[in-house]
Amino acid sequence: MNLLARLTGGVPARSLWCLGALLVLLLVAPALLGKYGLSVLILVLYFAFVGQAWNIMMGFAGQLSLGHALYAGVGGYIAAGLFFHYGIGPWAGVFVAVAAAVAAGSIVGYLGFRFSLAGVYFALLTIAFSEFTRIAFDHWGWAGGSGGLFLKVDAASDILNLRGGPLLFYYVILALAAGTFILCRLLLESRLGRYWLAIREDPEAAQAVGVPVLRCKMIAIVISAALTALAGVWNAFYYNNLFPETAFAMGRSIEFTLAPIIGGLGTLFGPIVGAVVLTGLGEIFTDLSEVFHISGLKQIFYGLALLVIVMYRPAGVWPWIAERFGFGEKRR
Amino acid sequence: MTADFLLSLAQAITKGLLTGMVYGLMALGLSVIFGVMRVVNFAHGEMMVVGMYLAWMGFEYLQVSPMLSLPLIAVIFFGAGYVLQRAVISPFIGRPEHQQFLLLLAIAILLVNVSLVIAGPDARGVQMDSQFDSYELGPFVFDAVRVHAALTAVVIAGLLWLFFTRTRTGKSIRAAADNNLGALVVGLDVRRLYAFTFGVGAACVGAAGALMITIIPVTPFLAAEYTLLAFVIVIVGGLGSMTGALAGGLLIGVSEAVAGLLLQPSLKSMVSFGILILVLLLRPQGLFGKSGP
Repeated sequence: MNLLARLTGGVPARSLWCLGALLVLLLVAPALLGKYGLSVLILVLYFAFVGQAWNIMMGFAGQLSLGHALYAGVGGYIAAGLFFHYGIGPWAGVFVAVAAAVAAGSIVGYLGFRFSLAGVYFALLTIAFSEFTRIAFDHWGWAGGSGGLFLKVDAASDILNLRGGPLLFYYVILALAAGTFILCRLLLESRLGRYWLAIREDPEAAQAVGVPVLRCKMIAIVISAALTALAGVWNAFYYNNLFPETAFAMGRSIEFTLAPIIGGLGTLFGPIVGAVVLTGLGEIFTDLSEVFHISGLKQIFYGLALLVIVMYRPAGVWPWIAERFGFGEKRR
Repeated sequence: MTADFLLSLAQAITKGLLTGMVYGLMALGLSVIFGVMRVVNFAHGEMMVVGMYLAWMGFEYLQVSPMLSLPLIAVIFFGAGYVLQRAVISPFIGRPEHQQFLLLLAIAILLVNVSLVIAGPDARGVQMDSQFDSYELGPFVFDAVRVHAALTAVVIAGLLWLFFTRTRTGKSIRAAADNNLGALVVGLDVRRLYAFTFGVGAACVGAAGALMITIIPVTPFLAAEYTLLAFVIVIVGGLGSMTGALAGGLLIGVSEAVAGLLLQPSLKSMVSFGILILVLLLRPQGLFGKSGP
């Protein structure tokens, strides 16, 4: 009860009804949408989920990571490798995957925070570790090397091994996204969440008033890495293939950052709104560029859209919507 | 340790030093921009690739050697950088890092994909007679193009040093970098100086692109690699330090060449990233930087 009170405390009833309606809509969405619509919605939820995970690091605790592909890649590779080599299903493998990503996150975090790297310097450290791991996986036979790791595509539904069609993956990613949303709300309302915001706003002042800065930053990167690893496992089993060139690419890391930045950093709805906007724009631009038959055109539209958004809504789309329509959630 | 091995090692090191000079010129652009306006140019590799494409087009369609088109490319880059800073980047100075990052990322996506649309995904290189020339010095053999590119990079870096130490604009830029408020107080037009600086940084990377095309062919996919490479070099040398950028370029050039020889070519950037991690942790101000970040 205490938990529930904390979860809903201070939230207007109208917003709770809206959220409930949204959840019901998402639960029945597969019955309403076609195959294409469902695949788009899956993408939206995936980016919302992984954006939420990244937002914990950057939006809450203020640590800019541009190497989150490391955790998704390590998580995905380990779960897929365990299944591929030893037939260990992802429901068990995910624990190993998350543990490995947490270990990776702890190493990056401890080194970065212990040596007090901040801002761009910390971001470059995260990139360096991600790139370093990419090249290591390129040469690691167990993980398939640069040739990639392929899971057998199996249309028969086997929930125990996370094998099945889009419907299964839709509900898994919906559960992950919804669970993480609730987790983030609880975190923000907790003492830890307040500590994070203090560190984000002024790390020296936070340290001075007795906030355990190093420990709080470590918790942020561990939670963020663990959640990102879940996204990596889901991604590996959804697409059935893994290549170091894409799994650990800087482009992948950047993808994770876009939804929260575009949507509104440090807000709960920012990553969700950002994921809707970006995936929506991506689909529209794919259709548009198919009309013209020019490769690269989609990315040009995409770049222009990013440019316009960051120039006119630098704090993100959601805070602007929230203010205009009186939803009231601001960046804290 | 045979004499043969030592010779090939020495060859690899000289090759790395020569390529490293061009790397250094590229990184110099990034370092100048960061040192003055504290903006990390995440589109740096993309700018480099555009410079390579411009030099390639000059060679392919107008039969102008990249060495000759270099001054024109540098001027074009200066103008484009000046306008870009004035029109788009200027409001973002002093804003949170993630906003600057997103802005330059958008610019990077635009640059690389416009190149892709215009020139296609295939590797584009120039074929010049001088690519088969070499200079011999005792047992050493130097590729002529590498020597020319490295010497040109040294000359440009020298000109830049003269600009920053001898001219009024150059000194004003350094003043604005040292003490922004002070520069405003004594009446310097800091906004114009910033635009000028971005132009200079862009001209460096454009010139580096024109030199690089004589060494390796260009594809749009090189862009992200060069952005990372430029980061590695400036961090290793010291972000904002001119000597650091050049020395970092040499160090990374040599480490790549030696790693390619001793390990595997595909492992060469692992060594660079390893160096980056060590420098970030042990000496974040870089090997040649003056103060901490």
